[in-house]
Formats: sequence, C-alpha cells, structure tokens
Amino acid sequence: MADTITIQVARYRPEEEGVQTLQDYEVPCPKDWVVLDGLNYIKDRLDGSLSFRWSCRMGVCGSCGMTVNGEPKLTCETFLSEYAGGPVRVEPLRNFPIIRDLVVEIGDFMRKLVRVKPWIVRDHEKPVAEGEYLQTPDQLDEFKQFSMCINCMLCYSACPIYGLEPAFIGPAAIALAQRYNLDSRDEGSHERLEILSEHDGIWGCTFVGECTQVCPKHVDPAGAIQRYKLTAALEGLKSFVLPRSAR
Amino acid sequence: MAPTHDVLIVGGGGAGLRAAIAIAETNPRLRVAVLSKVYPMRSHTVSAEGGAAGVARADDSLDEHAYDTISGGDWMSDQDAVEAFVKEAPQELLRLEHWGCPWSRESNGHIAVRPFGGMKKMRTWFAADKTGFHLLHTLFQTSLKYTGVVRYDEWFATRLLVDDGRVQGVVAIELMSGKVEAITASAVIICTGGCGRVFPFTTNAAIKTGDGMALAYRAGAPLKDMEFVQYHPTGLPFTGILITEAARAEGGHLINKDGYRYLQDYDLGKPEPKPVLRSMELGPRDRLSQAFMQEVAKGRTIDTEYGPVVHLDLRHLGKKVITTKLPLVRELCLKYEARDPITDLIPVRPVVHYMMGGIHTDMDGATPIAGLYAAGEAACVSINGANRLGSNSLTELLVFGARAGRAAAEFASSSDDHGATVAAQTKDEQRRLDDGFLRREGGRERLATLRVEMQKTMEGCAGIYRTGDALAKGVDALGVLQERACNVALDDHSRTFNTERITALEFSFMLDVAQAMVASALGREESRGAHQRTDFPKRDDQRFLAHSLAHRADGGACRIEYTPVAITRWPPAERVYGR
Amino acid sequence: MSDHSIAERSTYTEYHPRWLRRRPSTYWWLERRAYLSFITRELSSIFIAWFVVYLLLFVRAVSLGHARYLEFVVWSRHPVVMVLNVVTLFFVVFHAVTWFNLAPKAMVVHLRGKRLPASLISASNYGAWVVTTAVLLWLVLGG
Repeated sequence: MADTITIQVARYRPEEEGVQTLQDYEVPCPKDWVVLDGLNYIKDRLDGSLSFRWSCRMGVCGSCGMTVNGEPKLTCETFLSEYAGGPVRVEPLRNFPIIRDLVVEIGDFMRKLVRVKPWIVRDHEKPVAEGEYLQTPDQLDEFKQFSMCINCMLCYSACPIYGLEPAFIGPAAIALAQRYNLDSRDEGSHERLEILSEHDGIWGCTFVGECTQVCPKHVDPAGAIQRYKLTAALEGLKSFVLPRSAR
Repeated sequence: MAPTHDVLIVGGGGAGLRAAIAIAETNPRLRVAVLSKVYPMRSHTVSAEGGAAGVARADDSLDEHAYDTISGGDWMSDQDAVEAFVKEAPQELLRLEHWGCPWSRESNGHIAVRPFGGMKKMRTWFAADKTGFHLLHTLFQTSLKYTGVVRYDEWFATRLLVDDGRVQGVVAIELMSGKVEAITASAVIICTGGCGRVFPFTTNAAIKTGDGMALAYRAGAPLKDMEFVQYHPTGLPFTGILITEAARAEGGHLINKDGYRYLQDYDLGKPEPKPVLRSMELGPRDRLSQAFMQEVAKGRTIDTEYGPVVHLDLRHLGKKVITTKLPLVRELCLKYEARDPITDLIPVRPVVHYMMGGIHTDMDGATPIAGLYAAGEAACVSINGANRLGSNSLTELLVFGARAGRAAAEFASSSDDHGATVAAQTKDEQRRLDDGFLRREGGRERLATLRVEMQKTMEGCAGIYRTGDALAKGVDALGVLQERACNVALDDHSRTFNTERITALEFSFMLDVAQAMVASALGREESRGAHQRTDFPKRDDQRFLAHSLAHRADGGACRIEYTPVAITRWPPAERVYGR
Repeated sequence: MSDHSIAERSTYTEYHPRWLRRRPSTYWWLERRAYLSFITRELSSIFIAWFVVYLLLFVRAVSLGHARYLEFVVWSRHPVVMVLNVVTLFFVVFHAVTWFNLAPKAMVVHLRGKRLPASLISASNYGAWVVTTAVLLWLVLGG
C-alpha cells in the first residue's frame, strides 16, 4: 500500500474567495489512521487554516460528521485504508448551511430538538425519597435503541426530504421523541403527538430509509418514524370516532 | 452597569448542566447562562463509560463508601467533603433516574449495581457501558425544559474578569463570527473539566485542555493537588481510547506476555476465578498502573509499535455478558484494534485519564475569589485525594455541580453592582486576541511542534514514576516552551470559526496548567497515591499530609504552599488491598 | 420561548459571517442507488392509480351490458393497453412487496411481553395476501 494518500478538502472561507473550492493535500496513511487523523495532520503540519470540529475521536460525541466520498460519515471511525489509493474527498455535511470549511450550522436541529420535548413529562412527580420508578429490562429495551442517538446529524445529511424541505422536523428529533414516548416512566405522548402530527412533523417523511442506513449508532430513526406514523394514525382515528375518550 | 446574568457557568458538561438545572429549579428568577466552547452534548462527560457510585444496597452503608473513597485517595481526601458527598450521592443518582436516565436494571425493575475498582461493596450504578453518554444526554435534554437558561454554544472564554477581588464575568470569543465580547455576571462557575491533553497518551478528548483551571489560575485562584494525575490502567495503544474498568469488574483479567495474572506480585491479593472486590484487577487505578510500569522494567510486557502493552482477557466472560454488559467495549475493540474481546486478547496500557487536582474549592464549590465557583474535574474539593476511585467522578459532577450551583445562586442574589474596570479589561483582551493572534506577522514556531514537545516533556518528567531531577528539568523545559509560544506562527488570520486561534489559546492554557503540575510534583517529596517519587518512595504523613496549592507568581513562576487535609473520623492508616 | 443562541439575535454586521447554502440539485435522486429505488417505489403509485381507473372502467363496462363489455375487451387488447397493464402488474407486485417488507418497521407487536421478530410480521402480511388471493380465486373460479 502507498505511503501517502491525497485528501481533497472542500474549503469555504467567507472572508476570502467566498465560494467553495477543493484543495488537495498529501498525507501519510498508516493502517491505523482514520480520516480525522489525516485532517489533523493537515491542520498541524500543512495548513493551520483548515477548520473542522472534533473531540472524542471514539464515535460517541458526534462532532466530526462530514461527507466522505459522497457518504455522510463520522471521520473518527472511517479508516483511510478503506480508500486505498485515494483520493479521499472530504466535504461538509450536506443539507446544512456551511459556516466555514468543514463546519456546518446545526442551530436548526437544536431548535427542533427542544420542540419535541425530549424530557420526562409526568402528571405527578414522585419525590426522590421514594426511590426509583421501577422499570424492567424489557421495558428498558423498548426505548433503549432510540436513546443511543449521539446527535451527529448524519441522518439529516442523508435525508433528501430535509434537503428539499428544511422545515421537516427530521429523523433524529423524531427518534428522540419516540425515545421518551416509549419510556415507561413518561406520560407525555399526547403532548408530543400534537407537535409531531404537524405537516412538517412525521408526515413529511416518505420513508426513503437512508437515515437508518447512515446512522453510526444503529438507532433506526426510519423505524421510529414509521412506527410513530401508525401510532399517530390510530390516535387520529380514535379521536375522530370517539372524540370524548381521546385526550 | 448591571451584569447581564446572575450566574454564568463556563462549561456545559455534567457538572455545568447540573449546576444550571439546580439554579433553575431552586431560584427560577435568576438569570442563568451556560457558556461552552462546544455544544453541550459534545462535552467530554459523554465518553465516560463505567458507572456512577452511590450507596444502593441494604448491605452497604455511607461510612463504607466514605472509607473506600478515603483509603482509595491515600488519605488526601477532605473527609468532611467525602461525608457530604457519599450522603448526597444516592439522591443525585435517583434524581437523574427521575429525569429519565436509562440505568440498567435487575429483573425486578430495581436499579442494578456492579462492582468497581477499590470498592468493598457493589455500589456503582451503570447504564450498560455508556453511563457518561446517558448521563450527559439526560442532563442536557432535561435542561432544555428550563427555557430561561441562556446558552452560549461555541463561545470560548479567554479571560476571567475580576475587579476589586470579585468576579465580574468572562471575556469570550464567539467562534462562529470571531467577535470578542465581555459576558458579565455576578457569579461564575467553572466546570470545564480536566487537562489530559498535556500528555501524549490520554483517554481525554481534544477539548480537554485545562481552560478553566488556567483561567482561574491566571485570575489568582490557587490550583490544588495538581501533582496527582490518574493513569487509567486499560487504554488502547495508539488512540488511548478508554476500555472501561467495568470490563475488569465483570471479571476481566490483566495478563503479561507469559499469560500470567501479574497483579498478584504487587500486594493486591491472590487470583481467584471470580472477581473479588478490592483485590487484583479490582484494585485502585494507581496501584494497577504502577504494577504495569514494574512489569515493563522486568521485561514481561509485550512490545508493539506503540510501546509496551499487556493483555486484557475477557474471553472467559462469554458472549452473553460481553454483548449485554460491555457492548461499547466490544465495538471499540473491533473498530480500533480489529480484535473481538469474545475470542481475542485486547492490548492495553495505562493512559492519562483524570486530574485529581484542580481549582481549590470548599465543599460548596467556592474558590478564594469572591463570586468564583468551580465543580467537576476542573475543581478539587478534594474528595478524590491522591487517587480517584472509578465511578466516583460521575457522581461528583452531580453532587458538586448542584452544590456549586446553589451556592453561586445564593451569592448572586445577594450581590450588588461592581465592575468599574470591566470595560477596560475587555478592551485589553480584545486587543490581545486580535493583535496578538490575528494580526501577528512572522513567528517561527509551529503550534503542533510545541504541543508535541510539551507532551513529551510531561510524559518524561510527570509520568507514573517521577524523580526530582527529571521534574526540575521539566520545570526548565516548560519555561522555555512558554517563551517559544510567544513566537508561534499562525496560518489562519480570519475571524470566522478560526480554530487555529482557539488551539493556540488552549495551548497557552495547557502550558500554565503543566507548569503548576510539575512545580507541585517537585515540591511533594513523598510517594502517595498517583504521585510516586523514586527518590522519596515512602508516604510521609509528617510533612505531607497536606494539599499543595499552586499560586501564579510574578513572571509566570509557580509558588507552592500547603494547606492541611481535613481529617474527621478516619485517621491515616495503611492502604490495604487484596487482604 | 427564549432564543438559546446569541448568534441568532445578531443582525448582519461585520461580525456575522455569510453562510453558504447549497440547494439540492434537481437530479438529487440520481446521486445514490437508495434514492433511485425510493423514487421508483414512489412512482409505482402512478401505476396503482392507473390500475384503479382501469378497474373502474371495467366495472362500468360490465354494468352497461354485454355489447359495451365486448367493446371494452377489444379495447383492452390494444397493444398499448396490454403493455401498460403488464407494466402495471409488475409495479403493483413491486409496490406490495416493498410495502410488506417495510411493514415490520411500523408494526411492533408484543406477545406476552416479548417483541415479535420482524420476519414474522412480514411473513404474516405475505401469508394474508396469499390466503386472500386463494379465497378470491376459489370464489371466482370454483364455487
């Protein structure tokens, strides 16, 4: 295998040329290196003006999501050896406004996250002195998968609906809403139903399924959404047929 | 001029978010803000794996948790703080459960606990092996409920504003636009975490550069017990990624190149088929890391391209235990070492993991500077003493985050306007950040080169075993690096999301913290817990049953003083494991 | 609800950088195989609609008497209509298969506290399809 590999980085410097350009860098590629190691080499040794986000380098903080050869990936988990020969094209995540180089603006997701009320909603809170809410391992399994979301935004990047209709609330937000809906300790499903049944809520999703494909933590947001569509449809039917018993 | 906020929290991890929630719950009319250089869910709390300790079982008691913590800390822990800590621990963990944290359960629905290093009873609550991740996301998502909490996401604090001996806020850079502004507050809580990145091999994320410690240090607050650096015995070679202590708690063995469970040679007990608490692989982290170094000296470790390693053997645990209790460990080994813990041995070595030391605070997170508080790894209360027990630090975030939050809130409610010099200090800082970094021409040094040299220096002089000679040389070397740092050449002169300027600022923070660490280590002429001096191999309670306080003196030098440890009910004794 | 980021409140000043927003291309659906198969799946609904229209025309022709029915059959024999109906059959089957394969995502069934596996949900959908077809065939052709 060759000693070096070409990384093509999409640069965007609003204070300079103001358009997106591709810049080539030659970096070493030992077998243990991930794309993030390559980017850090560029920043440390070749061009300190390259801006990108990263932190944990073990796939749990969600900072380093970028588009690598057209695919949304966590660059800390993507090995350079997968692209033997190269070049490796690294671009910022699709469907988000680009602030600078490989850094995108995720404020839209942050606002959408708050809208789905991602916290335990209860009519009556038990005092801490009375101990824990009992929850069996099976009850934990019901929502555990959806709680694994690291907010990396790869799903939003892969979703064509989010690209075409930025008002769509998006896969991760719905998956996190489901995480609470399915938690046996939560009583807030009806509150979330109103928000999620809006036009840009779950009904914006046409089940392309790419969000689940790219999710690095196997959260399966597509599954969460389709499942919720059934729930929401049944709730809608119930409130139509039995208006007084539905909340 | 009235400050913008009542309480400003710098750092949005476990401690910072817990403090914000504590204030929002107890005093909803206070204006609280959380400022963080990353979005809160990226904070390093997210990487913690093993668990959070709190007395949970009927056969356990607060006194036993306290004793384990104090003996684990080699009697450097302030016992009054430890007593308060163990008392509030179970309530804080339950509060988190009420907020939705998916703690792992017994089949009857009650919270499950697992054994952990240095603990005589099982009291570590856990959420599979991603406890920190679930803790942080639970805290962050719960904090979203309190819409009054203002967040400054991706703002980097560069300087504490202090006027007349009182904190007035911070000066910070908004990463996105590059603008530099003063954010004023009546009280500031520093929750910026540790400083693992001064060392070359660490479990710590890129963002762990000791920012808050350096901010407080430069403002005149002392840093306490900085010589105590914890090496986690099981990190992956090259990446330094953490393999949680839970792997050993579930029964994993550490074996050397002869397949021998070498810990039995180091007064840590006898090998048994099932894990025995406070024995062998469940001994305290400092002793395990020291055992590794001795194995290296004896030539019984395995040589790899990334240095000597030993093996972590999980094969006998079986597929079911590994996939249900240690799924993240398996994922990390498969991805980064191409080995499956179900069938292969995992190469591991000690890596820097935690700073027992930090900003000197009392039991309520208050520092000697009026209005300045600290909590979490950035602070040193001290409950961890000379060596922290695993799973105490996640609980520490909650207990002391809440205490600091409440204390800061009380201070802020009863304070009045000050801050005549805030505007001048801010202008100064703006000039320093723009002229000193963006407009600087020339410069001969490359940032990464200096950083690597600092890390090499620290590894060489402040590793697991230290000598006075190496430490003295380290002090000099760091002094030289401080000078060379003034000559750094930056490639990036723009304002928009200039991460190179941030990296340069972080590096200067790290140098300050590194200097405090080396000076403190040089001053402590004994061996205790994680600080081992080959020239002073014994523990010396006569001279050094005291915390070191590192003050920043004129000219950047470091002045060390000592303050006694608070001993209440547990007089210093021998630290015994395995017997 | 208050804004959580000071950045959002700032107006376009020297300090607010220009973000680059890239619109998806009109041919976004050609970029990935997954997008292309998604679009095909969606397009199949056009053929489902044609199938419904054809069925309605057929019912109408039958109800209007023998002569109109024979005209309808002759019209159906037209090569264009034949080809269209063959293609439609393919898309109807494609639509049904993709629907049944995706059904387990939406339907999570619990039996005695345990989740039924996805394959069982799919299989029971297919099974119901086969059984219904068999019953209808028997009704129409046999009894």
